[in-house]
Amino acid sequence: MKGSLIIIGFFIAGVLSAYFKIIPSEIIELDFSYYALMFLMLLVGIATGINSKTWETLKKAKFTILLVPLSAIIGTCIGVSIISLVLPTISLKDSLAVGSGFGYYSLSSILISNIKGDILGVTALLSNIIREIFTLLFTPLIAKYFGKIAPIAVGGATSMDTTLPIITKYVGAEFAIISIFSGTVLTITVPIFVTFFLSL
Amino acid sequence: MLLLLGILFGGLLIGYLLKGEKKIEKWLDKLIMIAIFLLLFFIGIDVGANELIINNLHKIGFNALILTIGGVLGTILMSTIVYKKYFKDNTNK
Repeated sequence: MKGSLIIIGFFIAGVLSAYFKIIPSEIIELDFSYYALMFLMLLVGIATGINSKTWETLKKAKFTILLVPLSAIIGTCIGVSIISLVLPTISLKDSLAVGSGFGYYSLSSILISNIKGDILGVTALLSNIIREIFTLLFTPLIAKYFGKIAPIAVGGATSMDTTLPIITKYVGAEFAIISIFSGTVLTITVPIFVTFFLSL
Repeated sequence: MLLLLGILFGGLLIGYLLKGEKKIEKWLDKLIMIAIFLLLFFIGIDVGANELIINNLHKIGFNALILTIGGVLGTILMSTIVYKKYFKDNTNK
């Protein structure tokens, strides 16, 4: 949670410094963020590959465990598709790209801003922050009424780190490994799905 | 976009070759955090300089909220089905 606040702080600091023209507009026109993004993608790739847990969980993966991240992917896609039908201002593929952030708001919003533009990027940032906050707030209720898998799937990519403590508390420690597995799978799929939907 | 995915998978391969290097792993986590901070700061600058976004923040926020609610409800539906079909019996309850 503290990490999220710092990240949001950096974003807001950027917004305010441009809005009040503290930063000269020449700097704004240089496209720093795309090069920084390529660098970030490389780092994320290396960090995923170097982590022995990634390969262990891939080896252990049984079909039933794979159903947990799969239910998050399919459920999210169905949900946002239905919503996009009633929202006139956002297209189906843009909605799917926002949804496939699965709560990983930093990477998804950075990707979407660079590929598609800042308006959709901010939508993705807000939407995926809301998903994380929603998980933190409603995990107790969701676990009570919808079972032990639902909070893990709702947590999306965050169920391996920021929302793992609260999820484990309400679904039990025996589901912690499933939570980490699902979060890991979804984290890996975020850049793949986001770029896929935006390239349609 | 393909370039970004290529970079990601290239990174995965490099990471796989470096597997088990705990020191590098720790450094990477810190570097990623710094890269994310910087990138969101840059994006914040783009957003703050973009009047279209600032003037429509309420609409963007509304879209984001409604999309999230849709995604979460769909996820709850699917995962409840998965839980009832595949997990409930295995936990002795």
